[in-house]
Amino acid sequence: MIRIPCPFCGTRDHSEFTYGGDGTIEYPALDAPKEDWHDAVFLRDNVCGMQLETWHHVHGCRMWLLVERDTLTHEIHSVRPAHPGLAAMFETDQEAGE
Amino acid sequence: MTRFSAWSVFWNGITGQKGWGRQWRDPEPKPHYDIVIVGGGLHGLATAYYLAANHGLKNIAVLEKGWLGGGNAGRNTTIVRSNYARPGNREFYEHSLKLWENLSHELNYNVMFSQRSHIALLHSPGAIDAAARNYNTMRMTGTPDAEIWDLAALKRAVPHLNYSDTARFPIMGAAVQKRAGTARHDAVAWGYARGADAHGVDILQQCEVQGIARDGDSVSTLETSRGSIRAGKVAFAVAGNTSRLWNMAGLGKLPIESHKLQAFVSEPLKPLLDQVVVFGIGGAHFYMSQSDKGGMVFGGDLDWYKSYAQRGNLPIVQDVSEAAMSILPCLGRVKLLRHWSGLVDMSMDGTHFICKTPLANLYLNAGWNYGGFKATPASGWYFADLIANDRPHDRIRNYDLKRFERGLQIDERGAGPDPKLHG
Repeated sequence: MIRIPCPFCGTRDHSEFTYGGDGTIEYPALDAPKEDWHDAVFLRDNVCGMQLETWHHVHGCRMWLLVERDTLTHEIHSVRPAHPGLAAMFETDQEAGE
Repeated sequence: MTRFSAWSVFWNGITGQKGWGRQWRDPEPKPHYDIVIVGGGLHGLATAYYLAANHGLKNIAVLEKGWLGGGNAGRNTTIVRSNYARPGNREFYEHSLKLWENLSHELNYNVMFSQRSHIALLHSPGAIDAAARNYNTMRMTGTPDAEIWDLAALKRAVPHLNYSDTARFPIMGAAVQKRAGTARHDAVAWGYARGADAHGVDILQQCEVQGIARDGDSVSTLETSRGSIRAGKVAFAVAGNTSRLWNMAGLGKLPIESHKLQAFVSEPLKPLLDQVVVFGIGGAHFYMSQSDKGGMVFGGDLDWYKSYAQRGNLPIVQDVSEAAMSILPCLGRVKLLRHWSGLVDMSMDGTHFICKTPLANLYLNAGWNYGGFKATPASGWYFADLIANDRPHDRIRNYDLKRFERGLQIDERGAGPDPKLHG
């Protein structure tokens, strides 16, 4: 079991999360040439070693996270919210509610 | 090479089994080969065998970083079938099944191919309709043994499944391929290795490729753990590690992700299950057969995240065990003996690649997803044909890396471009 330190919920089993995929992909503009879309949708670096990837805490806070994980050892080096703006809003809401 | 026959088995039986020699040589690497195949798994060994046997080529080497049968060749559930419905795939896998049917004779090596039927359980009228469409397609395109069974026929063949009406997904019928079955995975590796070696192929074990030197648009030299090897043509057949070699050759990205897939074997039991049984609906994905030693061999889904670690995680052990209990509750007290995990190339559409590459003398065989074992003979056959003739056979022209650029996805599952979903 991989243990993922969720910045919102604390350290949880990976079975609470779903794996998104390569977190370095930048999707092109909607009117970008189809070659750019082909590369973003179909091609992968498939890193062996440290990889930036997305996970969704689907059975927890339901936030998307950006995780730095070693794909050979499964060691996790960093976890941060994938949408910092949304995360900040979430925290503000919580504070306002308190 | 000693040729196996009923007489040689009998003779060695009465002379203390002293007449058996090595099955293949253990040569020192030569500085140059006309063709170097990287990867001594099933596909690499089959490719070497067919290059020599079908095309009469000489001066071939197979490089294996570990030992034969130590990678995915020894980490699968040994199921052989050809129940594919997409154009190209059905012909390819049916050719593979036909090669399996004669493989023990072809190799003079018993691969223990057992055509015991592949039974995919169906749990809804919609699933029966969809299976009927696929299996009718198979019948119309050269796979005559595709059948849809009703519940009565299924109960006659496999009486001990959970047929309860109150099951979460009651069984309503099955899609059956009778010529499908299982084979002995080690014997396939050893048989191809022995056959290739007899044709003069050098099989170099403990020989890991650590660097790839290019001369412009072609590969010139492979730096290995056993020295430099120059090569006329280079062929990659290294499922799971394709992207790493691709990077060594300076070629960038691929439509592949490496995932791990677990499989399991129980303690040996008396004969219990005569067929391959597959259960897949909702969140469950499960396939099981019984080995000749009696162990129940089974597997399920991927571990759901990208990984190069050849070890599985526990949530999938639980998931697969739950699936086993839901269709075969009689297994409740059976002990799990071992489980293992292999690295699979999951491609963007669930279909493989056998193709030329951006480099003139480099050929690629990759992206086998879940399906590498059954594909072994055809994979080797067509890959050898590609390497020998330097052009793709008509039947594999859509197994190239450019198919996504043409808008083509050969997606049996209809899962879309997410590698982990093509189980």
